[in-house]
Amino acid sequence: MTSAAMAGAKRRTGRSTGRILPILTVLLAIIAIWYAGAVWMNATWVRDQAARADTVLTTSELVRQTLMLERPVLPAPHQVAAGLWEGVAGQKITSKRSLVWHGWITLSATLAGFAIGTAAGILLAVGIVHNRAMDQSVMPWAVASQTVPILAIAPMVIVVFASMGVTGLLPKAMIAAWLSFFPVLVGMVKGLRTPDAMQLDLMHSWHASRAQQFWRLRLPSSLPYLFASLKVAIAAALVGTIVGELPAGATAGLGARLLSGSYYGQTVQIWAALFAAAMLAALLVMLIGALERLTLRRMGLAR
Amino acid sequence: MSALPIIAVWIGAIGLNTWLSRFDTRATRLAVALIFGATILALWEMIVRIYAVPPVILPAPSQIGASFATNTAILWTDFVQTIVKGAVTGWLIGAAAAVLTAIAIDRSPFLQRGLLPIGNFVAALPIVGIAPILVMWFGFDWQSKAAVVVVMVFFPILVNMVAGLAATDPMQRDLMATWAAPYGTSLLKLRLPAAMPFLFNGLKITTTLALIGAIVAEFFGSPTRGMGFRISTAVGRLDLPLVWAEILVAAIAGSLFYGIVALIEKKVTFWHPSQRPQRG
Amino acid sequence: MIDTAVVQARDLSLTFSTADGPVHALKDVSLTIDQGDFVSFIGPSGCGKTTFLRAVAALETPTAGTLAVAGMTPDEARRRRAYGYVFQAPGLYPWRTIAGNISLPLEIMGFSRADRQQRTQRVLDLVDLAGFGGKFPWQLSGGMQQRASIARALAFDADILLMDEPFGALDEIVRDRLNEALLDLWKKTGKTIGFVTHSIPEAVYLSTRIVVMSPRPGRITRVIDSPLPRDRPLEIRDTPEFIALAQQVRDGLREGHSYD
Repeated sequence: MTSAAMAGAKRRTGRSTGRILPILTVLLAIIAIWYAGAVWMNATWVRDQAARADTVLTTSELVRQTLMLERPVLPAPHQVAAGLWEGVAGQKITSKRSLVWHGWITLSATLAGFAIGTAAGILLAVGIVHNRAMDQSVMPWAVASQTVPILAIAPMVIVVFASMGVTGLLPKAMIAAWLSFFPVLVGMVKGLRTPDAMQLDLMHSWHASRAQQFWRLRLPSSLPYLFASLKVAIAAALVGTIVGELPAGATAGLGARLLSGSYYGQTVQIWAALFAAAMLAALLVMLIGALERLTLRRMGLAR
Repeated sequence: MSALPIIAVWIGAIGLNTWLSRFDTRATRLAVALIFGATILALWEMIVRIYAVPPVILPAPSQIGASFATNTAILWTDFVQTIVKGAVTGWLIGAAAAVLTAIAIDRSPFLQRGLLPIGNFVAALPIVGIAPILVMWFGFDWQSKAAVVVVMVFFPILVNMVAGLAATDPMQRDLMATWAAPYGTSLLKLRLPAAMPFLFNGLKITTTLALIGAIVAEFFGSPTRGMGFRISTAVGRLDLPLVWAEILVAAIAGSLFYGIVALIEKKVTFWHPSQRPQRG
Repeated sequence: MIDTAVVQARDLSLTFSTADGPVHALKDVSLTIDQGDFVSFIGPSGCGKTTFLRAVAALETPTAGTLAVAGMTPDEARRRRAYGYVFQAPGLYPWRTIAGNISLPLEIMGFSRADRQQRTQRVLDLVDLAGFGGKFPWQLSGGMQQRASIARALAFDADILLMDEPFGALDEIVRDRLNEALLDLWKKTGKTIGFVTHSIPEAVYLSTRIVVMSPRPGRITRVIDSPLPRDRPLEIRDTPEFIALAQQVRDGLREGHSYD
């Protein structure tokens, strides 16, 4: 072992012991800043109320009131947590006020779209690595399309579909599929191309057929890339679905919760929906991450 | 038999591209991509005309082009409102904040270990969702759009910049130590230049995010101009060609924005292996 | 030799703590390097030769024993810029030209612009790279890049030159040429050189003293003073003296059970 490698080993052991503490510290700092922000941003309103009622507030009274307003400018963390708990556990899950119900509407469209987009992306990628004409035709546009804000036109797609009488899960799933399609396509093409010339020559020297080459070399070596892009794709699919739920008229889904909250000034509701969406996103990405570790470990590729 | 010309164009284009792709030179590659794009446009136009698709569902490319030509004044106003004022301003502020934060936490591995996982986590969240909140806070005009963009681009750029500042290999840092270089010097002369490829990676991926944030935020309230506003009102009036013209503007703006950042990257990181002129 | 010790190590030990328990990179190493010496460190991986050089450069901190560099602590010597260090890889900045790279340490040390230019020019001549100052590193071959990195270490005129397998990544032919050039440079400048290598012929050809080390724990097994004259043409490698010396080094390596 060289000294550099040893220094690396030294650093690694130090890293694994202190991983949680820094994250907790930063999280605590964020919550503290959040509370301070809530007090600061809501103080004007509380002071105005007090002035109108001709009462003078002590500082502690002011702070207490800023953190329990019904429609605060910035709700305090505990208010959001309460709103989230109320939405998740305080309702029957079939209720229209249940975040579980709205979350399920969003999740089902996300998953449907993700499945379609991923399947299409993988199939097209396989076609592209095996057909030069397809590669040269499609790839430049696929890459260029990543610079176009496709997500921004999602609400419009919904409205157009609605004008044709198509509503519900399908249009949102289309957007989710479209958004997850490109990351998977680009990542998969890159992954299928990772085997270098030497590995391909080796396959060639064994007289492997194209199918054997694909199943035994290209596909396994593309999996790390596939999983990396699946994580991007599922997050994109979820964002797409939520944005697809924004147009006026939508009544179901986390996006609709955001919108109705913004119409009626229900800030706690907005934040609760936002956190529900964030947790859903984290859950989905972690799920793919777990799947990735499991698969790569079975293939002996895990690091 | 109305489908015949459509199929004919399709097969013709495939044949032409298959033949052209064998040469595999710069020129033919470009030609193949352009032919593919043109074919899609031609097929779109033919399908709309032959099957008389109502413009409410799908306008033909020619109709979109006509709408683009007649509405240039409106499109320009919207472009300035949404892209220049909302997206670009927000992107610049967000990028500057992210770079400064990365440098500020550079000397604290503790803060980095805390902030990086959170930054990575936040980068995967549906941040556009904060748009209604920020519109409430900052009003209907471009400031609220810029605020949404700042939040959206901050974390991806921060994560990239922190990774970039850590990217110098130990040998290079040892070298700086053998010269007894103070922290500021080694930051300025070694680590900032070495971080540039990473920074630009972050800057490039966030150009699209910036446009998305600026347009989507307009759905939650905007003055009577802006691309998001125009799209939602035009959809309401079923003026689909105008909607598509706005989408075209968004696409052009997106590619331009990305292209300009990529061009600056080429100038700044000319030394990086991915940017060097290919030899041999 | 004059009794001016440039590097003086006494009972030096250096232990890394790793996940698999402590690793004794150096154990009770004592060595004196005199002014104008060319000392090679040779031994298998893990024998501590690089660690010793890094400790001299204050890039590692010994856990026991004393180490003096030019009469100071290593860290003081580092801050006084008492030595130039050459790594195995050139480590040139791709965004600076060759001349820009060489003048980088000079900028850090606060030399004036005119001084920087003049020094850069001089060391470029010294390593036979005159005319390449305006090129970028990635436009030059590996051997030229390594020569530039040596020029960079020479530019600020430190008395000591520490080289950690500087030619390890180069092919034999380039390595021969650079060895010759290095000897030439050492004669011209009279610097004290500490040189880590894996190659027995390289160590024998270059050095006035050869330090043979062995691993687990890293220690010195033999110090061989070279009887060869200071003027050494490449052909000296075919003389019986040279071959006998190489044999001594090989014996020293075997003694340390270094290839078990």
